[in-house]
Order: sequence, then structure tokens, then C-alpha cells
Amino acid sequence: MQSETAQAHAARAAWLRILATAPTDALDGAYQRLGQAQALPAYRLLRKPESGMAMVRARAGGTGAQFNLGEITVTRCAVVLEDGAAGAAAGVAYIQGRSARHAEQAAVLDALLQRPAWHQRVQDLVLAPLASTQAERAAHAAATAAQTRVEFFTMVRGED
Amino acid sequence: MTAMQPIPSTPAASLLPGFNNPVDDAQQVFRAALQAFAHPGRLQTLPVASGLPDGLSPALAALLLTLADPDTPVWLPAGVPAAARAFLRFHCGCPLTDDVGAAAFVCVPAGYAMPALADCAQGDPAFPDRSATLLMEVASLADGDTLTLHGPGIETTQVLRVADLPADFRAGWRANNAGFPLGVDLLLASGDRFCALTRTTLVED
Repeated sequence: MQSETAQAHAARAAWLRILATAPTDALDGAYQRLGQAQALPAYRLLRKPESGMAMVRARAGGTGAQFNLGEITVTRCAVVLEDGAAGAAAGVAYIQGRSARHAEQAAVLDALLQRPAWHQRVQDLVLAPLASTQAERAAHAAATAAQTRVEFFTMVRGED
Repeated sequence: MTAMQPIPSTPAASLLPGFNNPVDDAQQVFRAALQAFAHPGRLQTLPVASGLPDGLSPALAALLLTLADPDTPVWLPAGVPAAARAFLRFHCGCPLTDDVGAAAFVCVPAGYAMPALADCAQGDPAFPDRSATLLMEVASLADGDTLTLHGPGIETTQVLRVADLPADFRAGWRANNAGFPLGVDLLLASGDRFCALTRTTLVED
């Protein structure tokens, strides 16, 4: 039971991460496509998109003390779907930057993903394309960095 | 992605929005609360409306949205609906406490008994501001018992009519006055109107 909840939380954290880090235009495109396939349910803004600052804390190495790296702009939003089915949950989004539209769309998608009726469709139409784009980008960055990788070998000098 | 179940953690079915414009609206309500404390016993009308959860009145909801935050524990009577608690937790982020002495705001909605004033946080002599503020819903601020007030902020006397005050209110309030500079401050609310009684406000017999 405990691990089931933990698993559900990890899954939600994973999709929240994809929605938050997706480029604003890509998310908007995916959101429109989802809306064209079937009209999205109406929703109510629990907390309008609002921008603020969040302190990013970091740690140098595994043993260093935490220090304040700097502040970033964060926009957050919370929505609840209007159709009021039992067990309706709020959709939330915290994104970097000040795009109110991005935060609102991400929050609506989070709410939809928590609905069994919508989960698979959002997964296929929105999350999967965004995740594969992100994976490609990460692989590209890794490949670019790998070009300048230096391998250090210890030469055996025949001293004996 | 693996198989995913709906997540049971956020019971938001009944959650309501707070203020329409959180910053501007909270400032207006804060201004009205300042006026109320500057002129004890003078009625203020709520300048803006907010989402209204089950169990709170318009004035109580707006005042708590304005005043409560993560640094101020709020006490609610045990029977208050879960919707009101969820509302405060979501919008104010305030801790909800069951220990009335630990609360910065003691909120008593309609139909619940007021805790004894002496049980609420009184502050300490070096920091009298660390005392509780009571927010109490009364049946009416237009008829009922007549309280004649005087003290700082009142030029001569101020007449306040309050329905349904507890029977021992006057004695409790005299004891609260006697503890100055310690003591609690009181906000009386009814619907969308409210007024303040500060710890220096004297109620004539």
C-alpha cells in the first residue's frame, strides 16, 4: 500500500517534470492537439497563474554545506476541473519563467492525468511526444560533449 | 512511464478559489482591518469578496486569507467542516493547531463556543505582540446587547450592539484589560461586516 502510493507519487512527479520543462510552444501545440481530438472539460482556477521568486539552493560536492545559488522566477498555478466527478483532484504546476499560459496548461494537464478517463489519451498525445523530444535533446547534448572527452591512461614505464 | 493509479492525496473536489486578485484584495481587507483597530467598535464593511468555504462567513474567510500565513498557527473549533480547513491550508499555508494557547489567530465561526480569553496566547512582557487575535462570528452587529466603549481610538464613547455574546464576556474582557500590556485583541464579524475591540478598549457596565 505504502509503496503503491510512493509509486503513484513518483509517476506524477515524472509527468510534472516533463510538463514543466517542455518548451512553451511545444506544450501549447500538444495542448491544442489534445483539445482538437476531444473538447477538454471546463476548469476553474483555484489559484491564478502568479509569478514569484524561488531560492535555488545547491551543495558543492557530496559533503559541502548548502548555499544559496540564486533566485529564479517561478510561475505557479492550480486548477480544479468543473465536472466534479468523485475524487476530483487539483492540478498544479510550478514552472520556471513567467509564462502564465504554460503554467495554466500544465496545471490542466496534471488534473487530466489524474483522471483515469483521460490519463491514457494525455499520455499518448502530450507526454510521449514531449518526453521523446526531451530525450533526443539530452542525447544530442551528451553526444556533443562526448566529442571532446579526454581519456586518461596511466602509462606503464618499464622501470623494473 | 509505468502503470499509474489516480493519486488520493489532494482532496480538492470542494476547494474554492480565494481572492480574485490576491495582492490587491488582501491589501484592501488589510486596510479595513487597520481602520477597525484604529477605531475600536466602529463597523467596517468588507471591501471585496472571496471564495467562501462551508463553515466560514465572508468576513472570517477574507480576514483569514489576509492575515494568516505559514508563520501564524490558526485554531479552529473541533467541529468545523473539513472544507474550511482545506481552504485555509491551501490558500494561507497556515498551520492548523488544536492547542488554543499556541495559536496566533483563534477563529470562532458561528455556532461554536468562544474559548476563554485567558486560555489564548497573552504575549509576554518583552513581546506583548506575541499574543493571539480572536476572530469571532456573532449573530448580529446591528442589534442585541449594547456595549458602550471607550479608550484609545475613541474620542468620547462608541456604542456597539452585539447579539449573542457569551454571558461571561464582560468579566472576561475586564480581566483581559487588566493584563495590559498583555492580552488578546478581538475582531467581531457578522456576515460581511466586522469591528475590532483592542486590549485597551474598555467596556462600560
